[in-house]
Amino acid sequence: MPTTRSFTSIWEYDLLEQILIQTINGIVVGMILALVASGLTLIFGIMDVVNFAHGELFMLGAYVGVVTLAATGNFWLALIVATLVVAALGAAIHVTTLRPLLGRDPLNTILVTFGVSLVLQNYALWQFGPVARKINEPFVGHFNLFYLEYPWYRLMIALLSAAIIGALWLFLKYSTYGVWIRATTQDRVMAQAMGIPVPRLLTLVFAIGSGMAAASGVLFGPLVGVNHAMGLDWVLKAFIVVVVGGMGNLVGSIAAAIFISLTESYASLWVSPSQAIIVSFVVLILTLLLRPTGLFVPTPK
Amino acid sequence: MSTGAHTEPLVRVEDIHTYYGKSHILHGVSLEVGHGEIVGLLGRNGVGKSTTLKAIMGLVHPTRGEVLLESQSVGHLPAHRVARLGIGYVPEDRRIFRLLTVSENLRTGLDGRGVSEARKKELLDMVFDYFPVLAERRSQAGGTLSGGEQQMLAIARAMMLEPKIILLDEPTEGLMPRMVSQIRHIIHVLRREGVAVLLVEQNVPLTLEASERVYFMEKGQVRHQAVASELHADHEVVHKYLGV
Repeated sequence: MPTTRSFTSIWEYDLLEQILIQTINGIVVGMILALVASGLTLIFGIMDVVNFAHGELFMLGAYVGVVTLAATGNFWLALIVATLVVAALGAAIHVTTLRPLLGRDPLNTILVTFGVSLVLQNYALWQFGPVARKINEPFVGHFNLFYLEYPWYRLMIALLSAAIIGALWLFLKYSTYGVWIRATTQDRVMAQAMGIPVPRLLTLVFAIGSGMAAASGVLFGPLVGVNHAMGLDWVLKAFIVVVVGGMGNLVGSIAAAIFISLTESYASLWVSPSQAIIVSFVVLILTLLLRPTGLFVPTPK
Repeated sequence: MSTGAHTEPLVRVEDIHTYYGKSHILHGVSLEVGHGEIVGLLGRNGVGKSTTLKAIMGLVHPTRGEVLLESQSVGHLPAHRVARLGIGYVPEDRRIFRLLTVSENLRTGLDGRGVSEARKKELLDMVFDYFPVLAERRSQAGGTLSGGEQQMLAIARAMMLEPKIILLDEPTEGLMPRMVSQIRHIIHVLRREGVAVLLVEQNVPLTLEASERVYFMEKGQVRHQAVASELHADHEVVHKYLGV
């Protein structure tokens, strides 16, 4: 018997390849999204601040990366400089705009971070113009993934994001500041009564979250190009992730980021990627309807 | 009024007034606690006992009046500064960090104050010695402890700050009657360690037994003070301020 494949088996074989490719894509994008969202959820968890400027910190990180890369030619230096500069900017934003609102209605903080996001976005437009800038990948190797030439850089993004999130986790788990951050997230008043310098700690957390957003911006820059509005898509998705993962829940956010990216990746097998984003909203709406505390949190007792 | 060799009391509250929104809660509270002294604060619900403790802790800032710790004014300081100056706080509902382990709960008061590793170990050994159950459960999440164990943890946690005084708000609230002897034990531990206590309690016999002096509050003011050993739960003063 000659072993000729039937039409259906070829189709299935191709589908399997495509599913694998989309799985890898989904995980790569999911890790970046997790990096953006973990900063957001950390900030929300400890200070109940919904940071609408998070996407702009992501965008500014990418721009600081562009500028540093142009000046030094070193991608890794650009990554570090962008993280530190935007972390410092985050600390300054916290001290000047959010600290004075401590203890006020959360609506005030939403308005103020929204205002900050407008200022930052328009600053970037004014400073860098409307034409997208490019960040060159630090290396351009590919490997063969079925019929695709898959860039190594994409895999590296996923690994580096995982490493940064892992470092954050170790910091939260073992360091003194980590214990303080977790204690303050649970009960800010009692944390203060235990001598934890809460105002300083909140500034630190805002700086960490900002730095993480900036790092994601630089890492993701080579894939999309850098422009003043690039933060919008990301912050929207990051918000979905934070809600689906359970507000303020770090592990939940990471799981939700990968889950949502994978769902979108798989959906784009059948529909165009711009339509696939609808899937995230479907997930968001179903989460809000059926399990508003988040999909990836233990059932409350 | 102060007892012991020190001439200046450890904590002196002078005529403090506080507001919660527009409602006037404390109408000029004054009291003193000496070094190592156990003082009870009695009164009906809602007369401002807890608010008095919060004002001393810096969680509520008085609009008038002074809180002095060893003659230093602390009424305007944020709570984390007050805590580092030597005031420990054990709130009414204990407020254990539920997702932190017992060890991590204790670490919140131990780290970042420049305490040497040797001294940290000494402090941990001390509380584990007094409350062995906490040593057994040191890697368990605080939220999984029983009510009585959580009360021990709340007090052990406050002791990590090496405080001069602990503000103890209704420690027996919500505990089973047989756990009340645990609270007696805890207050005894604090006395032995030379830590002063300002105790707010509904349990009058326990308060009278544990305290040296008691204050009676009514309508946001201290109305009466007495030596605890001269009173009993049926005394007319007790009836006047606590009877229904």
